[in-house]
Amino acid sequence: MSGIFYDVLADPFLQMWQMPDFFIQVLWEGFVSGILYALIALGFVLIFKASGIFNFAQGIMVVFSGLTLVGLHALGVPAFVALIITLGVMYVLAYLVERLVLRNLVNQPDIILFMATIGLTNILIGGGQWIFGGETKSMITAELMIPTGSSVWEPGGGIVIFQHIDIAAALIAAMLIVGLALFFSKTKVGRALRAVADDHQASLSVGISLNQIWVITWFAAGIVALVAGIMWGARSDVSFSLQIIALKALPVLVLGGFTSVPGAIVGGLIIGIGEKLFEIYWGPLFGSGVEGWFAYVIALVFLLFRPQGLFGEKIIERV
Amino acid sequence: MFYREAGQFKTSYKQYMQAFPIREDRIGIAIWLAIALFYVPFFGLPGLEYTFAMNAIMIPVVIFTITAIGLNILVGFTGQISLGTGAFMGVGAYACYKLTTYFPDVNIIIIILASGFVSAAVGAMFGLPSLRIKGFYLVVATLAAQFFLEWCFIRVEWLYNYNPSGAIEVPQREVFGLIVTGAAAEPATRYLMVLGFLILLTIIAGNLVRGRVGRGWMMIRDMDIAAELIGVRPLRTKLSAFAVSSYYCGVSGALMVFVWLGAAEVESFDVNHSFLYLFMVIFGGLGSITGSYMGAAFIWTFPILMKEMGKRLFDIDPIIMENVSLVAIGALIVFILIKEPHGLARLWQLVKQKLRIWPFAH
Repeated sequence: MSGIFYDVLADPFLQMWQMPDFFIQVLWEGFVSGILYALIALGFVLIFKASGIFNFAQGIMVVFSGLTLVGLHALGVPAFVALIITLGVMYVLAYLVERLVLRNLVNQPDIILFMATIGLTNILIGGGQWIFGGETKSMITAELMIPTGSSVWEPGGGIVIFQHIDIAAALIAAMLIVGLALFFSKTKVGRALRAVADDHQASLSVGISLNQIWVITWFAAGIVALVAGIMWGARSDVSFSLQIIALKALPVLVLGGFTSVPGAIVGGLIIGIGEKLFEIYWGPLFGSGVEGWFAYVIALVFLLFRPQGLFGEKIIERV
Repeated sequence: MFYREAGQFKTSYKQYMQAFPIREDRIGIAIWLAIALFYVPFFGLPGLEYTFAMNAIMIPVVIFTITAIGLNILVGFTGQISLGTGAFMGVGAYACYKLTTYFPDVNIIIIILASGFVSAAVGAMFGLPSLRIKGFYLVVATLAAQFFLEWCFIRVEWLYNYNPSGAIEVPQREVFGLIVTGAAAEPATRYLMVLGFLILLTIIAGNLVRGRVGRGWMMIRDMDIAAELIGVRPLRTKLSAFAVSSYYCGVSGALMVFVWLGAAEVESFDVNHSFLYLFMVIFGGLGSITGSYMGAAFIWTFPILMKEMGKRLFDIDPIIMENVSLVAIGALIVFILIKEPHGLARLWQLVKQKLRIWPFAH
C-alpha cells in the first residue's frame, strides 16, 4: 500500500481523519491568513473598480501604514492618537497620489498607470526606510487593546488553540467588510463610487467629480491597508518582507475576479486555507516551503480554465 | 546632431536596409565601440578607482544590458509584462553550473551560450498561459514562474551539486589561456568577455526586431486580433518572444554568476531583481534597444553614484543615500511616465531631432 498514488491521494486524507484536532487547527490557521490576504486584495479591488488602475503599491501601503503607526508610537504619541494621525497620513498620501500622479496620467494606457504604481512602490519603500529605518519592528498590540492570549478548545480529547489575536483579526476584518458594504450601498459618496466604477463618462456627466472620487477610493484602500498592516503586524512583525507576501493578493484576485469584493474575500479564504492544507499534508512530498508558490500555481490553473475568476463580471480579453 | 544626412544617396536596397544608414551614425557607433573596447578595459572610468569602476559599474552594467534587451523584447516589443526575469536568469545560471560540472572540458563560452537554451525552454513553457490571457493576468502567471523557480533553486539539491551552503560556486575556467571565471580572473578580461557577449547579442536582437520576427512581435503588441487576421500566428509569435527573451535572460544570468559574482545563492534571482530589470526597461524606453542600454546603465549606476556623491560631498550615511536614491528612482519613473512614456530612448531622439535643425526652431 505505498507508492506515489497512495502518498498523494490517500495518505493526506488519512492523516486528516486520524487527527481531526490538528486538521481543525490547520484550517483555522489557513482561515486567518486567508482573511489577511483578502484584506490586501480588497484594497486592490477598491482601486481597480473605481479607476481601473491595478495598484501595485497596495502591498507596500500595508507596510507603510503599519510603520507609520509604530513609528509615531515610538516617538511618544499615544497609541490611539497615533492611529488617527496614521489615518491622516493615509489621506494625505491618497491626495498626493491623485494630485501628482493620477491626474497627470488620465487616459494613458493601463500598463503606464500600472508602472506608475510600481514607481510609487519604490518611493514608499525608500521613504519608509528613510524615515522609519529598515529594521523589523513589533506592532504595538497591547497599546491598541488587541487581546494577545489564547483559548484552548478540546473537541473529543484533541487540542485546538485559538490565538485571541486571530479571532480579533477575523472580527475586525468582518466589521471592516460590513462597514465598506454599508458605505457603498447606503451613502451618497458610496453611490457615486459605484457609479464611477460602472461608467466614468456617465458619472462625469451627472456631476460626480472623478478627482474627488479617486482621492476617496485611495483613502479607503489606505484604511484597508492600515487594518491589514495592524493585524499582520500583530501576528508577526512589521517589516518590508511583508511586501512580497502581499503579492499573494494577486492570485487571490485571479481567483475572485478583479472587480468583485465578495470575490476578494472568498478568493482570500480559498488561497489561505488551500495553501496551509497543501503545505502541511502534501508539502512533505515536495520537501516543504511549497507555501511560496502554491497560490500562484493555483491561480495559473484557474486562469487557464476560468479567466474571469469566480465572481468576475467582465470576461477578460482573449486572443 | 550637428550633422545632416543630406547628400548620402542610396543606390541599392541593401544600402537602404543597413542598420545605420547615416554615415555619421556609423562613425559615432565606432567611437563608442572604440571607447568600450580600448579605453575602458585599461583605464576604467574617469574619476573612479579602477577595480571599483570595473567590478561595481562596468561589468554589471554590461550584463544587465543583456537582461534589459531580453526583457525589452518581451515587454517592449511584444507587450507581455513579465515579473519572472530574475528566475529566468537563475535558470541560465544554474544550467550553466550543471553543464560545467558535466562537461568540464568544454569551452565556457559555448557552455554559457548553451545554458541560454535551457532558460529559453523554461521561459517558453511559462509563456504558454500568455496564449489565453494577457495584461495583469499574465503578471500573475509570470510571478508563478518566479516563485516556483526560486523554490526549485532552494529545494532541488541536485541543482547546486548538494553543496551544504546551498550556493553555486564558480570553478575557474580559461578561454585562449586567459582566466575568465573565478576569483583569479582580471577585471579587464572579464569585462571584455561580457562585452563580447553583449555586442553579439545586440547585433542579433537588432536584426531580429527589424526583421520578420520582430515585426510579428510588434504586431501582436499593437493589436493582436488584427495581427492574427493578416497571418501572424499568435502561438508561434508569443512563444518565440518568450523563448528569445528568456534566452537573453539566461545568458545574462550565467554571465552574472560566472563572470561577475563568482558565487550565487537564490537571493540573486529574487523578485526584487525582477522589478529592477523591469525598471531598466521602462526607464530606458519600451521597445528600444538603445533604450535598454541607457536604462540598464542609468538604473544600475544612479544609486551607486548617489552613494558616492553623498559620501564624498556631504558626508551622508550610505544607507540613507540608498533610500534617497530609491525614492528618487521611483519619483523619476513617475515623472518620466507623465512627461515621456517612451523613456530615455525617446528623449534622446528628441534631442537629436532638435539638434538636427539647431539653431532654428522648426
